Amino acid sequence: MNTLKNKLVKLFFSTLYLSAFTFGGGYVIVSLMKKKFVDEYHWIEEDEMLDLVAIAQSAPGPIAVNGAIVVGYKMAGLLGIFISVLATIIPPFVIISVISIFYEIFKTNLIVSLMLEGMQAGVGAVIASVCFTMGSGLLKEKNKLYPVIMIGAFIANYIFNINVMIVIIVCIMIGLLYSMKGVQS
Amino acid sequence: MIYLQLFLSFLQVGAFSFGGGYAAMPLIKQQVITAHHWLSVSEFTDLISISQMTPGPIAINSATFVGIKIAGIPGALCATIGCVLPSCIIVGIISYFYIKYRHMDKLQSVLKMLRPAVVTLIATAGVSILTTAFFGETFKIHLVVIFSLCVILLTKYKWDPILVMILAGVMNTIYYFI
Repeated sequence: MNTLKNKLVKLFFSTLYLSAFTFGGGYVIVSLMKKKFVDEYHWIEEDEMLDLVAIAQSAPGPIAVNGAIVVGYKMAGLLGIFISVLATIIPPFVIISVISIFYEIFKTNLIVSLMLEGMQAGVGAVIASVCFTMGSGLLKEKNKLYPVIMIGAFIANYIFNINVMIVIIVCIMIGLLYSMKGVQS
Repeated sequence: MIYLQLFLSFLQVGAFSFGGGYAAMPLIKQQVITAHHWLSVSEFTDLISISQMTPGPIAINSATFVGIKIAGIPGALCATIGCVLPSCIIVGIISYFYIKYRHMDKLQSVLKMLRPAVVTLIATAGVSILTTAFFGETFKIHLVVIFSLCVILLTKYKWDPILVMILAGVMNTIYYFI
């Protein structure tokens, strides 16, 4: 009981901390969650994390909120969802409330815009390092289809702006075909 | 009743915004400008720039911003709860089935093909952020240097990612003043 309580407290504060610093959209929080819950706490395995990200990505709603729900559910069921969602919405709620009062001052502040510009480079670096670790982990499995899927998904999403939902659905189809072929042979 | 209206509007935003981030924008616009006239177009533009400058998903930021403007803190609460409720139900149900059936062979082989795609999608988001940062108005070589330093701190020295992000902001500010 005590360990569960400890876990929940830890879940609350780490989600709160991550949410307060998720500049630049849902994928950033996903990268940070991976560092925290997979690498640091070892609560979730790396493969499992990727599956959870896929769920968060393909369901409706903000990825950050969905990411918090999957991690929360995995840790402690419904109570976990409640705690992690609460922790995820508190920081933007408080920050937006304050900013909506001081918006003009905030918008024109030089230091604020310089900090935010620099943080974009930092965010890019966090994503790059997470993708490098996870990507090289997958490529070590020596599945010939993986590089094809990676290149295909990149071209589809980045160059042709194809909706991520469609990319995910196509990969599910490939997986289904692949598993049927596996049964036959 | 205004609280119920805010709740229901953002319930729709939460339930139908697939793909995260900017995919939610047209839906929010439809609800707060076209359907309810809660914001003017210029207020909506301000809302988007605030969202870009602050942490948190655009949908949650909008719910809080619109809610406060229309009906104070209780309004913001109703809108925000409406916004996250569909996610809680839908993602909760999917997670339940995932945890229960993930060891099934068929599901495993489907998930296997999904994993490389997910890594790539995360990487693509990173590439977009970096190209905007590096080539925004002019080519900013100092941001490339900051980025490279951050990668080294993260991979070689295993620094905390949030610390690295803040450090990147500080380095950029210092660079401007020297």
